[in-house]
Amino acid sequence: MWFDRLLQGFIDTFLMVGVSSLIALLAGIPLAVFLVTSSKGGIYEAPTLNRALGAFVNLFRSIPFLILMVALIPFTRLIVGTTYGVWAAVVPLTIAATPFFARIAEVSLREVDFGLIEAAQAMGCRRWHIVWHVLLPEALPGIVGGFTITLVTMINSSAMAGAIGAGGLGDIAYRYGYQRFDSQIMLTVIVLLVVLVAIIQLGGDRLARGLNKR
Amino acid sequence: MTAATQLRLEIPELKNARHTELHPELNRAHVRFVGLGKTYHGQQGPVAALHGIDLAIQHGEVFGIIGRSGAGKSSLIRTINRLEQPSTGRVLIDQVDISEFDEDRLVALRRRIGMIFQHFNLMSAKTVWQNVELPLKVAGVPKDQREKKVRELLELVGLQGKHAAYPVQLSGGQKQRVGIARALVHDPAILLCDEATSALDPETTQSILGLLREINQRLGLTIVLITHEMAVIRDICDRVVVLEHGKIVEQGPVWEVFGNPQHEVSKTLLAPLQHALPGELQSRLRPVPPSLDAALVLRLQFTGSATDEPDLAALFSALGGRVRLLQGGVERIQGHALGQLLLAVTGSPFDAEDVCQRASQWAQQVEVLGYVV
Repeated sequence: MWFDRLLQGFIDTFLMVGVSSLIALLAGIPLAVFLVTSSKGGIYEAPTLNRALGAFVNLFRSIPFLILMVALIPFTRLIVGTTYGVWAAVVPLTIAATPFFARIAEVSLREVDFGLIEAAQAMGCRRWHIVWHVLLPEALPGIVGGFTITLVTMINSSAMAGAIGAGGLGDIAYRYGYQRFDSQIMLTVIVLLVVLVAIIQLGGDRLARGLNKR
Repeated sequence: MTAATQLRLEIPELKNARHTELHPELNRAHVRFVGLGKTYHGQQGPVAALHGIDLAIQHGEVFGIIGRSGAGKSSLIRTINRLEQPSTGRVLIDQVDISEFDEDRLVALRRRIGMIFQHFNLMSAKTVWQNVELPLKVAGVPKDQREKKVRELLELVGLQGKHAAYPVQLSGGQKQRVGIARALVHDPAILLCDEATSALDPETTQSILGLLREINQRLGLTIVLITHEMAVIRDICDRVVVLEHGKIVEQGPVWEVFGNPQHEVSKTLLAPLQHALPGELQSRLRPVPPSLDAALVLRLQFTGSATDEPDLAALFSALGGRVRLLQGGVERIQGHALGQLLLAVTGSPFDAEDVCQRASQWAQQVEVLGYVV
């Protein structure tokens, strides 16, 4: 029975983190590209829009996850129809993860040498060519590293989501480990989380290293 | 200048472009700057990087732009492929004004103008092959044609065995060869070189300059290069302009500017290549003869107006007395003998004025530097 409960918790955590991170990846990269290219001197220069979007991203980045989660309850109900369970947790997790990841990816994109963009322009690249063939491939190792950090952060946040009934390992640790003083469960959850984070970090680092040709 | 076939920019969309009326001579120019100016708006207000530049670069010529750092060389060369937008004036390429080009026309134009850079600017995440292939790929050239062209160019630059290498695995010279292959992949009519050898050691510089010369002669394309090293101009260019504070201060065939530099900046830039009086002698130099047996120190300049190297035996016998060589060198640039000799003359039966008179039969410029004991 304990095993089933832990397995269910593991699957829930995996789902919450997996789905929200995937959405954050798909939304965060375009957002990061836009933040970089629309800034002053960028290839799609639009300073006003850039500042507005930057402020919007910062707004979500500055709200602690626990507060964001509670504040988003009406929105979550609107989107998934419930405020309870894994899918309800996916909404605030995604909304927290996207700006977080976008900012990290933005840093990697910004680090791409301007000389490479200039060389691409000089060889007759259109602007979207520059994004696709220069900015993204050159920043890829950094983006992979940033995504690894995002995943680990999401595991952290998903445990907090457990507190409002999202399920997952955090929820098990809280209910059984904290409220029932069951240190065995607590310890098992901790070990599981450490292993999970270690696997993600190791895999991410290895992938980033393999992609880095510098 | 090469006699090779002249490559012209052929941009289909340009058929109806406005052609500017020009003097017939300038009508043949490949690249022409008309009253070109560039002003940057920095923190401390506007900074004029370029000022009223008027210049014509001919087909098939290797044209050098030299100046100290901050003189405006980079801005100038970048207006040719519009990496830099001129603030005033026009840039004409084959008589077509490119200042108002939209993105489509710019892309077409840039595919006909190759560019190489001081720091190579290769994509670190792509192999040598992928780097050279990229310009063709973005232009939508079919795969089999791309393969043929990339193979051909990597062979031209001597990198056959390095197809799968990443830039980090290459030496500086090899990286620049990849840069050159990438720049030539669209068969451009113009090649722009932005300090292309400034990050390379002297030996590699020579091999890259040799490659550029070979490309210029074999493909007949026009090369425009900027540099702060006079040696690069000497080794490869046909004509040169000297820039200072965004203005042209001197221009002409390389041998003329080398043989007889007019402006202070040209002289300063030339100094490392010239033979100066050894420091120890310089300090002992006196404006008037300190004693009767003092040696007269002369500088003889060969400015390239004669094509023959100096006849030393005739020169020495004309001077009379004992003639010692202190320092000197003569080299040939574009078939002109250029250089200078620093001589010390003792026991000549003639006075200083006479000696100069006699020396000037053999050298284009003679100057008395002073006397040493």
